[in-house]
Amino acid sequence: MITLNINKKNYNVDVDPETPLLWVLRDVINLVGTKYGCGVAQCGACVVHLNGEAVRSCVTKVSRAVGQKVVTIEGLSEKNDHPLQKAWIELDVPQCGYCQSGQIMSAAALLRENKNPTEKDIDAAMAGNICRCGTYLRIRKAIQLAAEMQRKGIKIP
Amino acid sequence: MENAKTNYSRRSFLKSSALVGGGLMISFSSLAKLGLDDKVSGVDLPDQWYELTGYIKITPDNLIKILNPNPEFGQNVMTSLPMIVAEELEADWKNVVVEMGPHDNVKFGPQFTGGSNSVRMYWKLLREAGSAARHMLLEAAAQTWSVPVEELTTKAGMIYHEKSGKSGTYGSFASKASTIPIPKGPKLKDVKDFKVVRSSQKNVEGLKIVSGQPLFGLDYKHEGMLIAMIHHPPAFGMKLKSFDAAQTLKMPGIIDVFSQKLYEEGFELGGFDTRTFNDLLVVVGKTTWEVINARKKLVVEWEPAGDIKETVAGRDGKREVVVPGELENTSTQLAKMKEHANKPAQQLRKDGDPETAFKNAAQIIERTYTAPFLAHNCMEPMNFFAHVTDEKALLVGPLQAPGWTKPTLSKLLKLPADKIEIQMTRMGGGFGLRAYGHYLSEAALISKKIKAPVKLVYTREDDMTYGIYRPMYTATYRAALDANKNLIAFHVKGGGIPEHPIHANRFPAGAVDNYLAEGWQIPSNITIGAFRAPRSNFNAAAEQSFLDEIAEAMGKDPIDFRLELLKRAKENPVGENNDYNADRYAGVLKLVKEKSGWNKPENKKYSRGVASYFCHNSYAAHVVDMIKRDGQPYVERVFSAIDCGIVVNPDAATNMVEGAVVDGIGNALYGGLTHKDGAAVQNNFNRYRMIRFHEAPKKIDVHFVQNDLDPTGLGEPPFPPVFGAVANALYKNTGERFYEQPYNLQLNKTSRA
Repeated sequence: MITLNINKKNYNVDVDPETPLLWVLRDVINLVGTKYGCGVAQCGACVVHLNGEAVRSCVTKVSRAVGQKVVTIEGLSEKNDHPLQKAWIELDVPQCGYCQSGQIMSAAALLRENKNPTEKDIDAAMAGNICRCGTYLRIRKAIQLAAEMQRKGIKIP
Repeated sequence: MENAKTNYSRRSFLKSSALVGGGLMISFSSLAKLGLDDKVSGVDLPDQWYELTGYIKITPDNLIKILNPNPEFGQNVMTSLPMIVAEELEADWKNVVVEMGPHDNVKFGPQFTGGSNSVRMYWKLLREAGSAARHMLLEAAAQTWSVPVEELTTKAGMIYHEKSGKSGTYGSFASKASTIPIPKGPKLKDVKDFKVVRSSQKNVEGLKIVSGQPLFGLDYKHEGMLIAMIHHPPAFGMKLKSFDAAQTLKMPGIIDVFSQKLYEEGFELGGFDTRTFNDLLVVVGKTTWEVINARKKLVVEWEPAGDIKETVAGRDGKREVVVPGELENTSTQLAKMKEHANKPAQQLRKDGDPETAFKNAAQIIERTYTAPFLAHNCMEPMNFFAHVTDEKALLVGPLQAPGWTKPTLSKLLKLPADKIEIQMTRMGGGFGLRAYGHYLSEAALISKKIKAPVKLVYTREDDMTYGIYRPMYTATYRAALDANKNLIAFHVKGGGIPEHPIHANRFPAGAVDNYLAEGWQIPSNITIGAFRAPRSNFNAAAEQSFLDEIAEAMGKDPIDFRLELLKRAKENPVGENNDYNADRYAGVLKLVKEKSGWNKPENKKYSRGVASYFCHNSYAAHVVDMIKRDGQPYVERVFSAIDCGIVVNPDAATNMVEGAVVDGIGNALYGGLTHKDGAAVQNNFNRYRMIRFHEAPKKIDVHFVQNDLDPTGLGEPPFPPVFGAVANALYKNTGERFYEQPYNLQLNKTSRA
């Protein structure tokens, strides 16, 4: 039995310690906001936070998450009101929407470290997240808007 | 996707409503009596919902629910289609909730996402539904207040009688309205009175998406659900010979391993029953990871499949097809295309006397273009849930055309169609791939065999290597100029594996006196199908690059040159079946010229490429502005002009154009799937290059032509001309013309040289 702390809740799961965190989240704990896109750390759909760092859960063994704080898109904010979530809605970023939780989690890790990211900082932080619908421009704007909201304490109702 | 003609008219909508309710307007209680409530209502609907016209449900406290009939794959129909209903209903959009409708082609019409048709085919139908419901509510109010219905007005979900000062909510009349028949031919609003349509409304599923709620097929769960994967042959042209599953069965969580034929010999395939392999080696287990792992332990022998005969009853009628058994290589595919390009081909259109014109030409320009297979790479890999019993079948997941798949499932499962329920989830992309329903057939057969609810999951590798790809294309274009540099003849001969790309009646057909279009194709076992703007996505690259070269040879501005041709096509068209409107085509070119500041000196610092195209009933033109960044060409900004008639949801439409531009740049520069001994070389995103965040333009400036024409398509039309505009900008940036996609290959060669 493995104990995981996910979104501030403890879960006991009976899985092979080699299992990628992604599949434990999706198949066992039933948190399906974290997406499967490639399984080889190439597309970013599966990004979660491990002690605040963005990691690709499709290649992160569940054993590595033991004793760590895991945050998924479902736990990014209490009331779905993280500045990024607000900005994403304000700018109507998603098209199909499948990659967006991974995009938001990558962006959230960036904004946690860097309150005022430059274009290049954003480029670097988001290079690992693929969006076939091509919403990159809006993602960039939403990250900039969220950063501004965070800095200035602006809230979108 | 070709434009699917729909026979679903207002008449059939009224007829179908009558079929469901007996009367034309029905409340829930009457549905319950008919035993239809489960099917129609979906889940957790309180009794006090009153249904109007099938699409609309209203509570006494004036909450309005609108059902979206069409599958959502990112084109935002969950929002835009209900907006159309709300507009004519005069509902307050803030009080509208939207729910995905059930699959029911009788009640909800075509329910098909593809061909940029969602808004186009539902436009009139949904306006009439909204208007009819509004009239029924008005009638109910008139009866209640004993006033003439003509004296009533509506606004934002309220009914007013000015003379008496009475007012009431829609909700307060919903019950009574359910006794009133649906009016025939309800009057529709004047477009100038639109309040909801043409104003930007946010994606109704936005919050669910950004908070990670289960929306997609892959997120779907069902009591006792198992996971299945299909272990496919390693290459096109191979099939299963034998397997040993002993080690796999010993792995944790594994329930069963078996082989299963998808379609029996002689099974008549529908036009969208395309499938890559027929012998399925299936692994079933408890969780996804367990199945992924156990699959690796399979010991399998594969053998060449040889030539396979198929019976396909598609759009063009029933025909026998021989799928060749060759294990193909990209190099031999290219060589074969080269060889075929010199052979006689099928004549698709001929105007004037092109042979003589070319003979008499002062100058002939001839260029050949090629493009590779493309994988759809929807971010959500293919998957579907199935629970099949002896009596009925439930299928849940992402697909574009449930109505095309159900007849196949019915034949395959030997169940009547009304015992098969397909629920449509949100799709993590589709781009044409999810119009093909083979994966539902696979899931259903697996569930039937193991007698359990099961979700079939394709890994990314499965999804990419056993796709239904954009075909491999080539085309040779020739232009004849006379001594005064007038364009006197135009010839296109296009081919492909396994189908050619030519739309013979498209521009510049109609604008050149002597015109010839020909097509040829080479059969292949590599499965192909619709991919965002089929055929157009190649033509607009090749033809629009070629027009750029002709303009240059003539010493003309590329936009002016196109406008001159379009003027000719309008004033004195050649031939009769030109399938574009020259005015609208010219309109987007003029708009993009203006908005991009085409001739302005301050834009000289950019390598500018222009291209335009007509497809799926809409017109698009782009100006791509390229710069050098770290020594490499980079698209910094793009100007887009689109004519798709009335734009229902402007900001969402802008988003879709932005996306099409990014997707187009990505596929033009990097997209490509190659084969070695029948196997796809690119099997995941480490080998298949997708455009990434930093490679997207910084700015895309989207403009819509303002007119009051009924909406046409938008998902596809902006995509194809991006390719041509990129090629033309690359020429300005590098001094080289680009004939082979992906263009990045040539860029790499150049930078190495």
